[in-house]
Amino acid sequence: MNINPIPKTSAQAPAVRRSVLKAEHLTKQVQSPEGLLTIVHDVSLDIASGESVAVVGPSGAGKSTLLALLAGLDLPSLGSVLLEGRDLTRLDEDGRALVRAQRVGFVFQSFHLIPSLTALENVMLPLELAGHAGARHAALETLRQVDLQERARHYPRQLSGGEQQRVALARAFVTQPAVLFADEPTGNLDAATGARIGQLLFEMNAHSRTTLVLVTHDNDLATRCERTVHMEAGGLR
Amino acid sequence: MRAVLLSMRMLSREWRSGELGVLLLALTVAVAALTGVGFLVSRISATVAMQATQVLAADIRLESPQPIDAADFAAARQGGLQTARATSFLSVVFAGDQSQLTDIDAVAGGYPLRGKVTVADQAFAQGRGAVPGVPLRGEVWPDSRLLAALGGHIGSRLSIGAADFRIGRVLISRPDQGGTFTGLVPNLLMNASDLPRTQLIQPGSRVTYAALFAGVPDRIAAFKQWLGTHKRASERLRDISSTSPQIKSAVDRAGRFLSLASLVAVLLCATAVAMSARRYVGRHLDSVALLKTLGATRGFTIWLTTLQLLTVALLAAAVGSAIGFAAQEWLVYALRGLLASSALPAASLMPIGMGFLTAVALLAGFALPPLLQLSRVPAIRVLRRDIGPPRPLVLLAFGPAVAVVVLLIYWVVLDWKLFLGFTAGLAAFIALLALAGALLVMAAGRLRAGGGVAWRYGVASLSRRKAESVLQIVAFGTGIMALLLLGIIRSDLDGDWRRSLPADLPNYFFINIPPESRDAFITYLRARGAQTSRVLPMIRGRLTAIDGRSVEKLRFADHRGEEFANREQNLTWSATLGADNRVVAGRWWTAADNGQPLASISTEFEQWLGLRLGDRLTFDIAGETFTVRVASIRKVKWDSFRPNFFIVFVPGLLDKVAGTYLTSAYLAPGAAESLAKLAHRFPSVSIFDIDDLLADVRSVLDKAVLAVQSVFAFTLLAGLTVLLAAVQSSRDERRYESAILRTLGASRRTVLQGVLAEFAALGVLSGLIAAAGASVAAYFLTTRVLDLPYVFSLWACIIGLLGGGFVVVASGWLATRSVVRQPPLATLRADL
Ligand SMILES: Nc1ncnc2c1ncn2[C@@H]1O[C@H](COP(=O)(O)OP(=O)(O)O)[C@@H](O)[C@H]1O
Ligand SMILES: [Mg+2]
Repeated sequence: MNINPIPKTSAQAPAVRRSVLKAEHLTKQVQSPEGLLTIVHDVSLDIASGESVAVVGPSGAGKSTLLALLAGLDLPSLGSVLLEGRDLTRLDEDGRALVRAQRVGFVFQSFHLIPSLTALENVMLPLELAGHAGARHAALETLRQVDLQERARHYPRQLSGGEQQRVALARAFVTQPAVLFADEPTGNLDAATGARIGQLLFEMNAHSRTTLVLVTHDNDLATRCERTVHMEAGGLR
Repeated sequence: MRAVLLSMRMLSREWRSGELGVLLLALTVAVAALTGVGFLVSRISATVAMQATQVLAADIRLESPQPIDAADFAAARQGGLQTARATSFLSVVFAGDQSQLTDIDAVAGGYPLRGKVTVADQAFAQGRGAVPGVPLRGEVWPDSRLLAALGGHIGSRLSIGAADFRIGRVLISRPDQGGTFTGLVPNLLMNASDLPRTQLIQPGSRVTYAALFAGVPDRIAAFKQWLGTHKRASERLRDISSTSPQIKSAVDRAGRFLSLASLVAVLLCATAVAMSARRYVGRHLDSVALLKTLGATRGFTIWLTTLQLLTVALLAAAVGSAIGFAAQEWLVYALRGLLASSALPAASLMPIGMGFLTAVALLAGFALPPLLQLSRVPAIRVLRRDIGPPRPLVLLAFGPAVAVVVLLIYWVVLDWKLFLGFTAGLAAFIALLALAGALLVMAAGRLRAGGGVAWRYGVASLSRRKAESVLQIVAFGTGIMALLLLGIIRSDLDGDWRRSLPADLPNYFFINIPPESRDAFITYLRARGAQTSRVLPMIRGRLTAIDGRSVEKLRFADHRGEEFANREQNLTWSATLGADNRVVAGRWWTAADNGQPLASISTEFEQWLGLRLGDRLTFDIAGETFTVRVASIRKVKWDSFRPNFFIVFVPGLLDKVAGTYLTSAYLAPGAAESLAKLAHRFPSVSIFDIDDLLADVRSVLDKAVLAVQSVFAFTLLAGLTVLLAAVQSSRDERRYESAILRTLGASRRTVLQGVLAEFAALGVLSGLIAAAGASVAAYFLTTRVLDLPYVFSLWACIIGLLGGGFVVVASGWLATRSVVRQPPLATLRADL
């Protein structure tokens, strides 16, 4: 999969591939009791279509914040984010929601399934939000890929952590997003289960040729990515 | 469409998980209380109105010294009304060598249109209904007194004017015999078609012609309007507003109590709705943030919650109004006999509409603001759980709730004064509670050092969850107060009714007792086992001027004032104030005031004529002029069935004026014979049998008590709902920290003790303030709204304090027991 012999640590997208996600001079500041706090400082990043990028760094470095900015979950104080050429910072909240519905997938550390919906309904949810027809069929198909078709009617509470994260993976891939963001997807799982989830994540990613932005502590996961960026104290190193 | 499908899917799951149960319960109880009681009250007042119209024997009555135009009858019939007529005049009736001046009523048509005529075969016997209430041609129905005076019997003959009649029945009562006891002469009923034969009606004779009309309310209203423009100046229109107050006052009280009780139930439910909405928001922050992350717009999430709420509202409205409707139907069934089923508004779809409005209003006021807030939670929460929705504007968070409460209160009480009092009281109470809560929370922080670890943990969580603690104190306090208040008032009401209607309540009135035979009369009555009440003089007089200005030139706000000013009044004088009278302004006279120009007036007289303490009233009494100053104003309990007067003079002023006496007495059943003898021995005395009226009042009150109990049950249910909501809302808050504490090695007991310490502090304080609040509110309600004497209830305070503490601690225990039982790991994992 690692076809391009490019440096593994770099903020540059491989030149041959089209850029899908481009961050320019991202800075995020928040008001705290101690005054203005800079969490992300002047980060520029260019990620090509189909590329997989690992974001690593110590806890508190600002990785999750950067991910939120890239995905348009939050707005930067300075700088811009271009997702497939659209500037997320120029869109309002609903505009960004629409982009997320159509082009973005998420996997989180703490699964975040909706407790009142079954596994199948959770997977159908993004399709329904984006207004796709045939949601049920596609969702069942994706659940089959994560080997959970038997558990389709179960509620999150009835599933183990690993199973819940598999449902979350299915939900992330079911819309065939342009970019998939994952924030420590194995962080809440034991090593064996985590390894299995990691395996599945990369398999599905390869299968659907999705661009992957992965925040992780897990070295194994990081080395599977084409590129690794290091974060420390809000900046790229 | 997507939103609809998704919201239904989520709703069905949340429904199964019990998530919306309390919300639904609270709304359902509120709707049931409001619809059930609302309809019951409107039915009761309709019935009271009906009963009042019986005094007219019609819904409206047109009276005139000239024959009433046939066109009026034609118009009424055209307007779909029933009609009847009654012609009355005074004439002497002869039987053999006996004669008696008599009030003769010649009736025709469907007389009486309302109420019934009762007759018997013997004088002073138990009456039975006569349908129709019109004697056959050639027959007359003299009343007991006339029969006793003339010495006749059924089948014997008597003559009126030029005609001769057979006595067909003895008239015992007729609906329009005059509720104010002004008829001083005996009465006789005859058929109107016999009138010409008597040749008594000549041009210039003093005759009152009455036209009677009855029908459904809106037709009556339309006809009344028509009459307003078409009737002649000499014609007088009478309707319910000009009839007697006796049953009405008791039932009005019951109605007001019922409305207030239902309102309390609704407010309690509103509290529960607010609590469960808060909980709902707390539990759905993550889901909404996630939906937004997955691409849902804010509008979509608003739609989602609104749809869910609307479904809940619909369900609650349907179930609630079904319950309310059933409760109301059941009550109507239980009150059958009291509620005349004809002429009552038929059961309609109205309660469902009202129920839906209530549910939607409560949700809009109490649940929508937090839920709109929910839609503002940012998507970023999926990464940082500490980020919630932005703080709402206070106005937006509380404004709708306040607006809804205010509207609901007004809608139920429909009376500005009561409304203002109620809302001001409620606001003051809530402010007081909140203040006390805040103080307690502060004090708890200080007290932390003392006591064991459980106590420290308990009070620590009190002061850490500041807002929640204050909110809980307010909710508990309001709930306990409402229940206490209703408890106090209900027993006051009950007790008052039992006190005011003892078995030996006077059932006969005797008026026109000549002064010279007064003592003989009373002795005679007592000798026959009658229990007499006070004996008061009765003098006829006319009000001629107020503060020196002739009443003919004065205009009165109330038309009853007009009538008072234009008619002769019954006046009395008395040294003592009856127990059924209460001086509300000025003071009652002492022996030193004897002979001074003073009078005391009733509150009705005060209001209808717009009088004030110190006003000078001039009366023409038997040709003499008296000017007196209003020395006091009395609130009279007319339903005491003892002689009472609008105007009472000081003793020593009217002593020389010729008058008669009146009294009331209780006579055991079967007194017919002694009454007949009495009537014979004291022929000038008028006897009024009010047994039927009393029986009516008793049954009304018995049934009103039943209604009050049932509504109280609704309120209790509402109180329980609040408790349930409180239990639920604190359970979530506590689950997590109990798990952490136990992970750190605290025993289950320690955690539980901590929680109990916290709730005990909450409960005792809420109970204390609630008891104080209930006592103050009960004072105002009993004296100002329900016109009852106030009795301070120490029991209420004790029950409030202990009960409040106990109930709140129990609810805390319930809330926490299951939480503490769970193994900590399960909780921590589920909460991750
Ligand atoms: N809204 C905020 N307010 C205050 N501090 C914040 C906020 N968001 C993030 N931080 C702080 O910024 C730092 C970086 O956070 P985060 O991006 O979650 O780091 P990482 O994911 O690398 O562990 C942390 O110290 C965090 O407490
Ligand atoms: Mg992080």
